[in-house]
Amino acid sequence: MQVKDIIATLNLTIFGGSQGLTHEITGGYTSDLLSDVMGHAENGKIWITLQTHKNVIAIASLKDLAAVILIKGLEPDADMLAQAEEEGIPVLGTMDQAFETTGKLFNLLIR
Amino acid sequence: MRFEYTIEAGNFTKAGDASSSFKKILKQLNVDPQIIKRIVVSLYEGEVNIVAHANGGKVICDVDTSRVHMQLIDIGPGIPDIAKAMQAGYSTASAKVREMGFGAGMGLQNIKNNADELIIKSEVGVGTQLTIIVNLNKE
Ligand SMILES: Nc1ncnc2c1ncn2[C@@H]1O[C@H](COP(=O)(O)OP(=O)(O)OP(=O)(O)O)[C@@H](O)[C@H]1O
Ligand SMILES: [Mg+2]
Repeated sequence: MQVKDIIATLNLTIFGGSQGLTHEITGGYTSDLLSDVMGHAENGKIWITLQTHKNVIAIASLKDLAAVILIKGLEPDADMLAQAEEEGIPVLGTMDQAFETTGKLFNLLIR
Repeated sequence: MRFEYTIEAGNFTKAGDASSSFKKILKQLNVDPQIIKRIVVSLYEGEVNIVAHANGGKVICDVDTSRVHMQLIDIGPGIPDIAKAMQAGYSTASAKVREMGFGAGMGLQNIKNNADELIIKSEVGVGTQLTIIVNLNKE
């Protein structure tokens, strides 16, 4: 499954980084602690978080994550978005909170 | 080959820039992607620690055919108790830094888990020097 294939089902907003919509998804990782993600999220994971600053993209790019989903209607900071465009990491948004978003993505991926 | 980067204290918009640049170089050098990952996780955590905890510093990365040797040298304030700093969960990060999601006290552990060698030298009032080595050849 690719990032673009979950947009409609999870009702996600695409903020930017759409060059990366063809990234293959290997799973998800839900965390707001950056060094937790750095240490434990693997290639191709979708990162679900409430952090909206540029360092999120630095980590997503260094770890080759598939995309970032911002929860609870949060929007990326301008420099996060600029970096996402440059690195080709999709930044997506949902009105749901972390629990629901994680659950929905999990269900979608285990099918 | 030697690559050097300057790290600014407190400038989180630039945190990770050295790691990103070095990752691109490693890719060009055709280093194994899994090994690149281990190198950049280590470098990133050391880089962010200089931004978050130190008064600025620099990174020197030496690459040869067998290994990547990285030195992260900062100009203080130093680490009073290295063993304590190495404990998972220990952090002196400020409230502002924690709000950004840093300060879990996991960074040095991440370096230890990803590097083949990690040496920390520190003197209070002078500075901290991390030496991180990652071998390029899989055993
Ligand atoms: N370069 C440094 N200069 C001064 N103190 C440091 C330096 N690097 C680490 N420390 C000290 O060691 C502690 C632990 O570092 P570590 O990277 O493991 O966690 P952290 O930076 O606090 O949080 P995290 O890395 O999870 O975001 C820091 O909180 C800080 O007190
Ligand atoms: Mg740290």
